[in-house]
Amino acid sequence: MSEDTGSPTPIPEETSPEEQPPNFLERATGARSGVLQAILVPTLAILSALIIGAFIIALTDLEALSLFREDALGALGQMAGGVWVAYRSLFLGAFGSIYAISETLFAATPLILAGLAVALGFRAGLFNIGVTGQMLIGGMAAIFVGLNVQLPAVLHIPLALVAAIIGGAIWAGIAGVLKARTGAHEVITTIMLNFIALFFVEYLLKTPLFQEPGRNNPQSEILPESAQFPFLFGADYRVSIGLLIALAAVFFVYWLLFRSSLGFEFRAVGFNPTAGQYAGMKVASLYVLVMAISGSLAGLAGANQAMGLAPYQVTQAFAGTIGFDAIALALLGRSHPFGVLWAGLLFGALKAGGRQMQAAAQIPLELVIVVQALIIVFIASPELVRAIYRVKAREEEPTQLTRGWGG
Amino acid sequence: MTETTLTQTQVTTKATPEERRARIVGIILIVLAAFVFWVFGLGVMGDLNATFRLTLPTDRFPNIEWVVNTRTLAYIVAGVLAFLGGMLLIRSNAKRTNIALAIGLVLFAFAFLAWAAAGKSFSLVGMLRSTVILSVPVTLGALTGIMCERVAIINIGIEGQLLASAFVATILGSAYGVWAGVIGALITGALLGAFLAWMSIRFRVDQIIAGVVINIFALGLTSFLATRVLAEAQDLNAAPQFGAITIPFLADIPLLGAMFFNHNWFVYGMFLLVTILHLGFFYTRWGLRSRSVGEHPRAADTVGINVYATRYRNVILGGLIAGLGGAFLTLTQVSRFEENMTAGIGFIGLAAMIFGRWMPFGALAAGLVFGFARALQQKLGILATPIPSEFLLMTPYLVTIIVVAGLVGKARAPAADGQPYVKE
Repeated sequence: MSEDTGSPTPIPEETSPEEQPPNFLERATGARSGVLQAILVPTLAILSALIIGAFIIALTDLEALSLFREDALGALGQMAGGVWVAYRSLFLGAFGSIYAISETLFAATPLILAGLAVALGFRAGLFNIGVTGQMLIGGMAAIFVGLNVQLPAVLHIPLALVAAIIGGAIWAGIAGVLKARTGAHEVITTIMLNFIALFFVEYLLKTPLFQEPGRNNPQSEILPESAQFPFLFGADYRVSIGLLIALAAVFFVYWLLFRSSLGFEFRAVGFNPTAGQYAGMKVASLYVLVMAISGSLAGLAGANQAMGLAPYQVTQAFAGTIGFDAIALALLGRSHPFGVLWAGLLFGALKAGGRQMQAAAQIPLELVIVVQALIIVFIASPELVRAIYRVKAREEEPTQLTRGWGG
Repeated sequence: MTETTLTQTQVTTKATPEERRARIVGIILIVLAAFVFWVFGLGVMGDLNATFRLTLPTDRFPNIEWVVNTRTLAYIVAGVLAFLGGMLLIRSNAKRTNIALAIGLVLFAFAFLAWAAAGKSFSLVGMLRSTVILSVPVTLGALTGIMCERVAIINIGIEGQLLASAFVATILGSAYGVWAGVIGALITGALLGAFLAWMSIRFRVDQIIAGVVINIFALGLTSFLATRVLAEAQDLNAAPQFGAITIPFLADIPLLGAMFFNHNWFVYGMFLLVTILHLGFFYTRWGLRSRSVGEHPRAADTVGINVYATRYRNVILGGLIAGLGGAFLTLTQVSRFEENMTAGIGFIGLAAMIFGRWMPFGALAAGLVFGFARALQQKLGILATPIPSEFLLMTPYLVTIIVVAGLVGKARAPAADGQPYVKE
């Protein structure tokens, strides 16, 4: 930092937190810059994404497009009407009634858990793209316990959850061990492990341990009632105790990151692994530990997808796109557990509302994926948001989150 | 005196990484030999022959077959594998490790095929032909990755580039003909490449995040449009297809003719492109400059190379290659666009790039290996072997993990890979 210090040891007084360049996440999300600044960029990001989404809806309105040549104004009106109907049903589907809110909470549950998994990795400087695979393996472990062990629900559900935690932790731990021992980049290994998990689960679902009798396609048997998550507000609403698990996980991760010495080491390694090593931290084993805990959170998300929703049986695609939603979510939530909670609720609302939008306005659910991708773009490049909206920012030194592989 | 003895003992106790690697490969080969001996040799019931068909029924010389005795072949292969493995163990010759491993794996695959086809007739030519065809999008994806990573831009978004350009190729191909489809796909790939470059150079967005965005965005938008637009306008989802260009005389050679000389132009284009990129990267000024930007951008800048322009140019050129791969998917194989039809091909391409060690010919070899695994998986269903096809589908990904973990030799990425460059 300064050239005049002749000694190689860093002097703590000189590196107070205010003087250090903010890392990627802080830059991306405007942390450390006051509440208003912190909320500003995410809000503008969501707003911009929704505006672009509106244009996409309007420009794909074939009826209005064919009308355009004869009656341009009418066509524009029809487009605007289409957007209004779509976004109105999106909003109503997410917040319009008690049932809509319960659907939002229901959709948010696995997102929060998966988002925490990615966020924890980010804090330690690891990019866990493998949440999908960890969800699959964790979920399968939970299903295995659910199908092959007979216990009362009070014991059965916790046991299945423990299995999910172990399954997810092992699957992510592989990437952690590979990084710690050989330096293999976790982005590559976790992507590859996703595919391996997908095929492995497809294989498992065809074995008698899992497959529903009399079926040819990979589909699991229906879980016994003792392994189904009980509903929180009665059978009319799909919200299950999975939500409570997710909330508990939020507080656990908060405690782990900001109240435990282990979490301090995670964050220190994430900030600067070399400095962490210098301070006597065992960086290699920390990587394994971070990945394992991250994977266990993902495993819980997988368990929720297996045990927390009807018909309590799965095909090999039960992780869906949650693993990728989780990346957007962790970025939006500034990799802070509470931020992830809010981001998870927002994405849950988008999902629940998106279903309503599909039903009421015939807008395919995939629009939500597009909006999420746009949110990441704007969150990840705050300069872009600030350039569009002419928001002034402090002088910032850009850095990066990940490191190149191999070199 | 003492110093020399010291170094000598160090040499004998601590092998160089190459020697260690040679030993690991030697052990692998001997294990494979034992496996071939017991499973493919002794494990076969009775004295069975495997019949390999070497020509397609439509070829000029149909019905050329090759009959091998499964057990005899297994014993020969086991012998050769054991010899190669033993040779590597005794004389850890680093230079021969790769050749020995390659020969060993090809022989192993061959013994495996003979075992799987024991007592049956199997179209070897059909499988090798689909190996080449299936390797095209993988290799093109890998070449895209090489173009980007050689100038130190990590491209995780190859999958999205392939998917989006396949989509555009379908629509424009259906509406205005095949060549319009190709041009549309090229532009789409290039635009997404430009987006990646713009995000990572202008805004210094984390490159992996930018790539993930491209993937999610492409998946979301193409699925959205497929449901909203293509479902209503079915005639936009029926792209015309490129036919095969038969090369006279060469196409009549048994086995090789069907494998290499009777394809649509994408296949020939792939081989050409690999050669051009190899010559370009290692024998031209452009290649030297590109590589210097990837290895040491500061030094490149100092000698007057425009780092940003080089990065933009190569990433966009890489996007063109990905566009070609996307066009291949919908203009030669299937005419319909399906949601998420790439299903991970782009990621296999990324894997092939690493497996091929950032070299164009390496990428081609890796693409062929991965194509072989896919082709094998498709044909094994016909042969009804006890091996679940899922495990074959896993192999490309497993191999990649093994390669990045350096278990069989360290793959080295360009030194500045993934790091944004800030001009001073």
